[in-house]
Amino acid sequence: MKKLGLARVMMALMRREFAVALRQKGEVLTPLVFFVVVASLFPLGVGPESALLLRMAPGVLWVSALLAAMLSLQRLFATDYIDGSLEQMALSSTPLGLLVLAKALSHFLLSGLPLVLMAPVLGLQFGLDGRALGILMVTLLLGTPTLSLIGSIGAALTLGVRGAGVLLSLLILPLYIPVLIFGAGAVEADAAGLGFGGHLSLLAALLVLSVFFAPLATTTALRISLE
Amino acid sequence: MNTRVIHWFKFASPQNFYNLAGRMWPWFATLATLLAGVGLWISFFVAPTDAQQGEGYRIIFVHVPASQMSMFIYIVMAAWAGFGLAFNTRLSGMMASALAPTGALFAFLSLATGALWGKPMWGAWWVWDARLTSELILLFLYLGFLALQASIDDPRRADKACAVLALVGVVNVPIIYFSVKWWNTLHQGASVSLTRSPTMASTMLWGMLIMVVACWMYAITIALLRVRTIILERERHTEWVKHAVE
Repeated sequence: MKKLGLARVMMALMRREFAVALRQKGEVLTPLVFFVVVASLFPLGVGPESALLLRMAPGVLWVSALLAAMLSLQRLFATDYIDGSLEQMALSSTPLGLLVLAKALSHFLLSGLPLVLMAPVLGLQFGLDGRALGILMVTLLLGTPTLSLIGSIGAALTLGVRGAGVLLSLLILPLYIPVLIFGAGAVEADAAGLGFGGHLSLLAALLVLSVFFAPLATTTALRISLE
Repeated sequence: MNTRVIHWFKFASPQNFYNLAGRMWPWFATLATLLAGVGLWISFFVAPTDAQQGEGYRIIFVHVPASQMSMFIYIVMAAWAGFGLAFNTRLSGMMASALAPTGALFAFLSLATGALWGKPMWGAWWVWDARLTSELILLFLYLGFLALQASIDDPRRADKACAVLALVGVVNVPIIYFSVKWWNTLHQGASVSLTRSPTMASTMLWGMLIMVVACWMYAITIALLRVRTIILERERHTEWVKHAVE
């Protein structure tokens, strides 16, 4: 049998993830609708004053994005675990870390990227101007891949465990705090005239760190779950 | 060649460690009781009343040791978890799970005493200060560890999964701490500066140091007692446990 290059294997896995997602469109759309619903609940909860909403907008949109990203994480490995394909991935000659990276990347493209594209529409509802919307989108673009990567650790740890959904959020949400702080902080820092470059650099640094470390931790966790 | 080598891995066997812990814990318990007695006596009767804070400051003698222990225990727990993954020893995972509830208790105690102290001093039970917030997040990390441990039935798998979680957590703790600190300085809310360290009377310092050591001894005692229980529970099918509990 011809040995495939690593990049080819990763591409093939990502194509498969997309094919699976497109056949069950609900799994891609539900977190997105959830994101819109949660963000729309906040004005109903705190009142319609535009000054207050404007100040809250980056934080609210970021927290909603965190929760929406959590929703789809449970299924990252669960279906592959049930039908046995995860075991085949662990046994294959391709390093499991790279396959995990490919799966996390597809998770970002399927659940993070739609949030990035939907965020400006919700931002308009909160009265953010063009510049703030732009910064918000860039922070989400840099931050949501980190969410997928860190989330993959939690998804692997809670594989086949009782009450995995709630447990996953308990494990992962505290680890999301730095991303939340720098993501929502960038818009506020810009509004305060402090410049947002530092926040973006830190978000990028978190992304680089998690690209390197998260697949390692996830691989270890997956091998423990598959024992 | 007459060098004496201590075979440390001898104690990696649960049976040997069960006996060792049984011999050690009374010593630590005695030390903990004595030191806590002396420390509390100094903190209530010897240490002078603070010029600014009056008698209310005396909660520091519980608050500071509890905060320190909550952080140290997490690191120690992660270290045991790392040993467990590296050497594949059963005992390491048991030690990590024996430490976790004590760490969570200290984190909670630190937050509770902090709130009790904050109310008379700053007029608020809670402020979103960097230290308070990171202590709260540390408590969440402990609770996550305990919840993961509780929801996996196979103890070996639970130990390993929790080990990965503890190591991921220990890498994240500094990142979380500094991000919370920066978040706090950006907001400049009604925060109170906790970092200025007033010069302490030496009796206050001694009282606090003795209380810190007492908390260490307490934590070690409880961890040893708890690990003994865990060993008995997990090794219940073996012969030696049947003899040990007779």
